[in-house]
Amino acid sequence: MKSLLLSAYSWADERLGLEELVEFARHKTVPVHSQAFWYYWGGLSLFFFLIQFATGVLLLLYYRPGPDAYDSVRQITFDTNFGWLVRSVHSWAANLMIVAIFVHMFSVFFMKAYRKPREFGWWSGVALLGLAMVFGFSGYLLPMDDLAYFATKVGMEISNLLPVLGPKLADLVRGGPDVSEYTVHRFFALHVVVLPAVFLPVLGFHLWLVQRHGNALPPSEETRPAALRKNETFFPDFMVKDFAMWLVAFNILSVLAFMFPWDLGPQADPLKPAPLGIHPEWYFMSQFQVLKIFGDWFPGTLGEVLGMAVFTAGGILWFLIPLYDNTQEAGRRARRATWFGLFTLMALIVTTIWGYLAL
Amino acid sequence: MSKPTDNNTMSAGGVTRQTFLRAAVGGAGVVYAAGLAYPVYRYVASPVEKAAKESAVTEVTLKDAQKLAPGSALMFKFGSRPSMLIHHDDGTWTALTAVCTHLGCTVHYQEDKKRIHCACHGGVYDPKTGANVSGPPPKPLKRYEVKVTDAGVIISRSQDRA
Repeated sequence: MKSLLLSAYSWADERLGLEELVEFARHKTVPVHSQAFWYYWGGLSLFFFLIQFATGVLLLLYYRPGPDAYDSVRQITFDTNFGWLVRSVHSWAANLMIVAIFVHMFSVFFMKAYRKPREFGWWSGVALLGLAMVFGFSGYLLPMDDLAYFATKVGMEISNLLPVLGPKLADLVRGGPDVSEYTVHRFFALHVVVLPAVFLPVLGFHLWLVQRHGNALPPSEETRPAALRKNETFFPDFMVKDFAMWLVAFNILSVLAFMFPWDLGPQADPLKPAPLGIHPEWYFMSQFQVLKIFGDWFPGTLGEVLGMAVFTAGGILWFLIPLYDNTQEAGRRARRATWFGLFTLMALIVTTIWGYLAL
Repeated sequence: MSKPTDNNTMSAGGVTRQTFLRAAVGGAGVVYAAGLAYPVYRYVASPVEKAAKESAVTEVTLKDAQKLAPGSALMFKFGSRPSMLIHHDDGTWTALTAVCTHLGCTVHYQEDKKRIHCACHGGVYDPKTGANVSGPPPKPLKRYEVKVTDAGVIISRSQDRA
């Protein structure tokens, strides 16, 4: 039996060059230091994405976009064996995936892992976060309950801030002046075909870069002499711990999905008033609140335009950080980048909490 | 990680720590896999279970079907199964499954030829008994009991085949 497996392996190896991969994995190492905990968060993001992929395919077995959307989600939740659980896992993992990506991004930022030669890793990573948020926004509408309906309605109004082109674009995206079954169909196509088709190659690129450049060292480790730095092998040492983290994540996800099954509100009805305290998902809360603050300071469209401008400018600065904090020395510029990161993190947290308190 | 010297430490039962750990980890893995596979299986199999429940019906009432003209047939669903009610010229009734025993196509009652025909591969059945007369079908069509009342026709699973 064993010799049969071996000869099958060498048959495949001759044709595919598997031995090169094994050799690569054997030599790949991961740094060990006090901040190594943060190395797991990219893998955790990937784990939640895989969960999303699997549960998304399962939901596709019964979900029907269009006028039937609400009814099909009601059937999944109440009439299908464990449908409530599959849906709950999909919703919870979506949120946990965004959490994991945020933690991953900020840890990369503060470890300054975006510096040369890892600029493209940073850019593709920020792109993946953006795509994940569009995944979240488009997926939120699909059940077509009242919260989904009004959240999407409000979210789409933001495009009105772009003069002339904005409203036209929004009409095209919605398939009409209002959120309707056409919108569900469009968001569905976006959510299950377009976004995965874009996300997967970017993810592949991102992972390939990680293999190419390896894990980045935080500045505190970089300054230590190479002889004092510690490493462990990727396979099996790091991978075992990586999988242990996945197992922890899986357990947390299971408990959340079981104990707090995702709700389905009443069917969307444009004639009913918006439910009290309606608000976007937490990862849009900060933008929501910034728009509100600026709206209070500068009544009318001016406030909203300024709010959007501040957020967009911040986002662009964030995206371009590898270009203006690119030196290895721990100079003034590097310190400024750290302050910028701390400010961004605090601003996001404060405006998010503020947003929830102001509901 | 235990030291290599600990690996062969015998416990009272004669099981090494390594064997025990392996079994424990393997067992936990099996429990996990089962805990994951069971809901997924039940979820995917939902419509199968539903259809099985549906076809567990023993009786169907076709309202106003007693008005069906002699020499014609009517299609209906017995549970989830396509079925056929025939009112013969001599006033008798037959009800049978309309699923060809060859490869599962829905069969058709040809009023002019007084036969049940399957368009897929040309199977022919006797409309009164359901017997396979010619073509590839290996078995007859199953018959139901028919009871004609003033309000409709009651079809039930025939006792001998139930």
